[in-house]
Order: sequence, then C-alpha cells, then structure tokens
Amino acid sequence: MSNRKPETGAFFQRDRLWHPPAYTPDYKTSVVRSPQRALLSFDNTLSEITGPVFGHSILGELDNDLIHNFAKPGESAIGQRIIVHGRVIDERGKGVAGALLEFWQANAGGRYRHKREGYIAPLDPNFGGCGRTITDEDGHYRFRTVKPGAYPWPNGVNDWRPAHIHFSVFGHGFAQRLITQMYFEGDPMIWKCPIVRSIPDKTAIEQLIAPLDMNNTIPMDARAYKFDIVLRGRRSTLFENRMEGN
Amino acid sequence: MVQQLGFLKETPSQTAGPYVHIGCTPNFSGITGVYEADLGVAMVNDKTLGERITIRGRVFDGTGTPLRDALLEIWQPDSNGLYNSPSELRGAADPNFTGWGRCPTDMETGEYVFETIKPGQVPYKDGRLMAPHVSVWIVARGINIGLQTRIYFDDEKAANDQDPILMRIEHKNRVPTLIAKRDGSSYLFDIHLQGDKETIFFDV
Repeated sequence: MSNRKPETGAFFQRDRLWHPPAYTPDYKTSVVRSPQRALLSFDNTLSEITGPVFGHSILGELDNDLIHNFAKPGESAIGQRIIVHGRVIDERGKGVAGALLEFWQANAGGRYRHKREGYIAPLDPNFGGCGRTITDEDGHYRFRTVKPGAYPWPNGVNDWRPAHIHFSVFGHGFAQRLITQMYFEGDPMIWKCPIVRSIPDKTAIEQLIAPLDMNNTIPMDARAYKFDIVLRGRRSTLFENRMEGN
Repeated sequence: MVQQLGFLKETPSQTAGPYVHIGCTPNFSGITGVYEADLGVAMVNDKTLGERITIRGRVFDGTGTPLRDALLEIWQPDSNGLYNSPSELRGAADPNFTGWGRCPTDMETGEYVFETIKPGQVPYKDGRLMAPHVSVWIVARGINIGLQTRIYFDDEKAANDQDPILMRIEHKNRVPTLIAKRDGSSYLFDIHLQGDKETIFFDV
C-alpha cells in the first residue's frame, strides 16, 4: 500500500439500471432467487465505507499462474496460453492499489474441476482453475492461464456459456465488493447467453468483453487480453457536514 | 453539448455461478495444494478480544429450499466498534481480529457457520450509535448482483430500537428479518431471498 492518506468518503451510488436486475427469467435460476420487495436505500455508513484489505503475504509464488499452480513439476496445463492483464480503477479513473482479485474458470475443454460438475469433457490433470493476485500501486494486475472453453449448461435445451473467466474483486470498502465475468473479443456466443443478457444495456455488456492485445503478447509463448475493471468511486469528504470518519 | 462529467461506469455484476468455490474457497471444493488455506475461514485467534459467538443459518429460495451453492461474506467491527480497515480513522482495531469472514453454504445441508465475536457499536453519520451489527454479502448461482444485508442481535433490543437504519424501515413487521435469535453462544440467522419471510436487502 502507499503512504497516501486513506480515502474515507462514501461511495457513489450504484446505477442499478446498468447492473443486471435480480429477476431475469431467461436465466431460470434467477426466478426463485430474486428478491421481490424493494431494496432499502441509505447513504453509506462506516460499515460500508470500510472493508478488508489484504497484504501480499497471502500470495504464493504461482498464485497468478494457472498454467502451473496445479501442474505436476515440469508439466503445464493444456490449451491456448494467454496473459490476462489490466487495471482496477474507480469511477473517477483513479487506480485502486492493493485490490485483491480472485479468478476461476473451466479448462480449455470447458470442464470445471468441481464435484458438482459432470460435463463429459475431461479434466486436465495439470489444471486446477483458480488464481489470485493483488494490484500494484497504480492498480495494475496480470496473470497467466489457458483460454477456457465454452460449455453447455442446463438452462434452455441447448444453452452454452461463452468462454469466460469469473472475477471476484475487493476494493477498499465493503460496498465496492464485486463479482463479474470476463468474456473474449469476437466470441459469437456472448450475444446468445441468458446470463450475459441479464445485463440490459449493450454498452454495459461490452464493458465485460476483453480485447485481444497483441502488443502485450509474448512471441512464441502466449497471447494477451486486456480487461480493466471499474469499481465504485468515492465522494470527496471536503465539504461533508459531518465529523471526519463518522 | 454541455461539458462531460468524465466519470466511468462501474463494471457490471454477473452471477458468481455454481462453481464460485473454485475461485473463492478452492480447498473447500477439493482443489488442494494451490492455496495453504481458504481466505476468510479464521476471523479470530486465541488472543482476540470480546465475546465469542457463532452465527449460523441457511439461505432459502422462493420455494423454501435451502441454497447449497451460496457463498456468504461478513464484515464487522471488533468488540470496541473499530473496523480493521485502512479507512478506519478513529483508532487501531484489535490486531487479532480480521473483521472479515467468508463461508460457503454446506453442499448437503445448506448451513453456513461463522466463528466470530460480538461486534461493538459504530456511530452513524450524525454521531448516534448504530446497534451492534454484522454486514453480509451473498452471492450464488441465480443471483445476478450480490445481495447486501445486516445481522442484528435479539439480545440488543434497546440498541436496536434506536438504530438509525432499523428505524428507517417503513414496514415494521419486516424488521425481525434482520434480527438473529440467540441460543446459548450461537445466533441463528436464516435468510429468505423471496416470499412472505423475505429478508430486507439494501441498496447501499
């Protein structure tokens, strides 16, 4: 972390017309898992403004290398080798330093390593599918993995998820907590997916699509995709009519 | 055209899906050897100050079926009402208390369990004290954006009656959905996503 004074303002209100609503019946599981009553709104208190921050000491050497963090010594996961990188910034465009990112994904064939998953595509003995990292002083992050495959899921009769990587993001306040999914530029299945289409606004969906980034590929090794993540911004505390920190 | 404000839009949420455990609690899901331990399992150690409590419960869908694939996170102050966060400017929180916990619901029973301490009181914006509470964030398959709520305690009636957030609730018959029931050193807090017993969720 930096030696800047920590920011303590309340977060900008969430635009819930931009995020997916709770009830999106084409994504069938949402039907019985969506609240029907209105949310209770109130301005952030200290309980929402504060949040856990994680030190680099939690990280192992291979935590941001999914090609190797589950592989036997000398072996590596099968699939298209990629680097995923970008910045975590807030709505004001400021880099979020020290943000913990966790990611998980299926293997190159679309198979997750999970006891509840029974897709016929095989597991890769050298691929676990989880990783994590912490952003640097300017909010940058990066990790290596293999590009996940698409996979079918029991929603409609013939629904397939586009290739995607799940992201869990911590900012500096508990109200910034976010889980989302990253998709890959050019995948025709993005626009057919009921989970993607739970987001009403096409521009918002495009914010989840990572472009191919040839400038950051490693020749003869890995391609790269760039995925920036925007968390809620903070209000300034300069003119708040209340005591600092209250 | 007027000038542009220049703010960015927040990255839109997506469901955590049924395999959230792979990324957030890999050891729980059977992926061992990558991380030493899952984050958020241990909130306390033997030096933590305050009253030890257990908070447990289940998350029910609109049909009354418990979710067996949900993930809960909690965030709370220490026993003196201080948060273990760089944004906490009122003083140093108990270094032996993380304030943050994470627990998946059991894959068979749907139960979640947090071993923690009873939180102290934290001031509201105007200086009034909020009743002791624990902030909760719930994600799962079928939940498109994480649900936020709070756990209050049924043995804090006087404080609850004065709590600025509980006092905002128009339909008083819904207040009990935010209040955990004490049983020995345990509190039971069931969450209902939908229906007659629907828990109050926040836009905060």
